[in-house]
Amino acid sequence: MSPVSDLRSRPCGGRYGDIVEAIGNTPLVELKRLSPKPGVRIWAKMESFNPTGSVKDRVARALIEDAEEKGAIRPGMTILEPTSGNTGISLAMICKRKGYPLKVVMPDNVTPERTQLLEMYGAQIVYSPGDQGSNGAVAMALEMAEGDASYYMPYQYGNAANPGAHYHGTAKEILEELDGEVAAFVAGLGTGGTLMGNGRRLKEELGDGVKIVAAEPMQGEPVQGLRSLDDGFIPPIIDLSVLDRKIFVTNRDAIIWTRRLLDEEGVFAGVSSGAIARVAVRIAGELDEGNVVFLVADDGWKYLSSGIYTLPVDEIENLDSTIWW
Amino acid sequence: MATVRIPPVLRASTGGAKEVGADGSNVGDVLRSLAEQHPATQSQLFGEGGELNRYVNVYLNDEDVRVLDGLDTAVEDGDVLVILPAMAGGGR
Repeated sequence: MSPVSDLRSRPCGGRYGDIVEAIGNTPLVELKRLSPKPGVRIWAKMESFNPTGSVKDRVARALIEDAEEKGAIRPGMTILEPTSGNTGISLAMICKRKGYPLKVVMPDNVTPERTQLLEMYGAQIVYSPGDQGSNGAVAMALEMAEGDASYYMPYQYGNAANPGAHYHGTAKEILEELDGEVAAFVAGLGTGGTLMGNGRRLKEELGDGVKIVAAEPMQGEPVQGLRSLDDGFIPPIIDLSVLDRKIFVTNRDAIIWTRRLLDEEGVFAGVSSGAIARVAVRIAGELDEGNVVFLVADDGWKYLSSGIYTLPVDEIENLDSTIWW
Repeated sequence: MATVRIPPVLRASTGGAKEVGADGSNVGDVLRSLAEQHPATQSQLFGEGGELNRYVNVYLNDEDVRVLDGLDTAVEDGDVLVILPAMAGGGR
């Protein structure tokens, strides 16, 4: 056997010139114990295998390379992005590698590991009020960018490069691995990039034979500063017509299923992946046969300090007020 | 009869009630029945043309009705409708 064929053996995933090139080509792993019936196979697309441990590596690379191609990043500029964690960490790694200064705007109630990871990669952090969630971070970053031309804001919520990373990457990989046999694709709804990019590609290839399903976090009851209904923010890249189903999951259920992934399948994933797995199993239960693919958006390291992998669920502090995904 | 769960921002319009029972064979009928019982919810839930307000998400058994059949989505006895302000979630 030639050395080249050895290198291509999966899940090694190939040889790359630098860490940024190594993003993507993640493993697809069958989770047999979660399948409710023999004819339905559940597959986890392990985006946690990306260099910083999340699906956002794909997005961040696409955002930066898009800006480079457009000539939008010039010397002396700082990249600015609102994020509650993973996109910031991915941008930080890529910006450090490429030599761009980065500032992230982040709610002040995310887990401490995220702060450490961002600082580790040299990013500057600006905190927004935690009770305003991601929306508060978005509003603050938009305001900062508006008043200062030295910022370039990729703005993952409205940038076509975000879904593009999945359209040209994740979805292609899934179709190849399953020979185009996909009955349902389940992912989390945040910016909408994962669902829009994968959804469009899968629908183009498979038509209505594939169901695109969103798992979304249920809003915690706001402790203070009640929002008016008009405060609702729908990211511009989201087109609801791509979705066949959209199902919410409470923080509590998300954590219970994060634990099930770990206990039953040995998959150490972040909390949004638990929520997504729960929805994937619900969808699998409604099918008679076929492949259900769900996306493991990140690994669990960033959530260790919260105790969610070891404590009884009722003893987890700030269960409803922490931003888990 | 279906159960409608009321979010904190709407409870001032339902006299503080967290849950309201309402009849109807589809989501639109159930919500109109809610608005009949608590008229202050009408303008919060519906636009002028009677469509669901853009910033209101309605979930039938945890599932967003907007990607199902909207206000025409069938409702069965014992179903649970949850009203939530439309938010984007984490996004990271």
